Amino acid sequence: MKEISLHILDIIQNSISAKAKVIQLTIFESTINNVLIVTIEDNGQGMEEDFLEKVTNPFITTRTTRKVGLGISLLKAAAERCGGSFHIDSQKGIGTKVEAIFQYNHIDRAPLGNMPDTLISIILSLGNDIELIYIHSYNDEAFTLDTREIKEILGYEVLITEREVIKWIRNYIQEGLKKIYGGVGN
Amino acid sequence: MKSLKELEEIRKRTLENINLRKGREGYRIVVGMATCGIAAGARPVLTSIMDEVNKLDLKNVTVAQTGCIGACRFEPMVEVYSPDGEKVTYIKMNPEKAKAMVASHIKDGKVIDDYTMTVIDGKVIDPVSE
Repeated sequence: MKEISLHILDIIQNSISAKAKVIQLTIFESTINNVLIVTIEDNGQGMEEDFLEKVTNPFITTRTTRKVGLGISLLKAAAERCGGSFHIDSQKGIGTKVEAIFQYNHIDRAPLGNMPDTLISIILSLGNDIELIYIHSYNDEAFTLDTREIKEILGYEVLITEREVIKWIRNYIQEGLKKIYGGVGN
Repeated sequence: MKSLKELEEIRKRTLENINLRKGREGYRIVVGMATCGIAAGARPVLTSIMDEVNKLDLKNVTVAQTGCIGACRFEPMVEVYSPDGEKVTYIKMNPEKAKAMVASHIKDGKVIDDYTMTVIDGKVIDPVSE
């Protein structure tokens, strides 16, 4: 994948397949500590221990259209090739937590990429029943977005997937991230 | 600076639109968004579809996404369901093709055959020259 954000978009599809109701995406960027940490935590159905042990193997998948599942293996490889690490923890009936740690200034670290576009793509696929909490910090600054807050304002008649709403969310994230990056943009 | 208060305005505006289009069935555009689709460039295809729908101010369209459609070598793939339930599958899409598809298929009702998937005797024929 050309951007870390594309891995995020991909991994969150797993949370949706696992029937998660709430997904928390945390991006922690610290140039001071030279790390970029992506965490995706959901309250989906989780995995059995034996499946969890082999889940980073590309020949393991739950999809039925083919026998390879590359999503998790690709993210693991992306983290490990730039001096980082990958962890996945899951409990049946409780949920799953995926964490990828990247060395921030490593030459092989892909750029984080276009987060506003990634997030609106995610929100579109979540539909109205799954909530997303997005926390993005860059050194001392942080931006958060919680779909529950947005839905509270929208009420029950206007869906979060309406195009005007999606457009607003994209702009809101663009501005929010610009602010945490000190106005230089990403 | 955008604020959550602006959402209240959008809610009111959108509510009027929802009432206007009630009872009128529209197009449904679905983009394949599994690992294969994402790696092949599905995200910019999805966003350019949304941008074009906004630009042309098309009301009766919903944009959604789906998992692996099953023919990864043709990704990014876009399925368009018309109001009468008919499905057209576009393959090897990119942002430019996606914009053209919205303008032609959704706005004017003309399918762009050059971008679609053709199946002959159960085999998928690739109409796009490599």
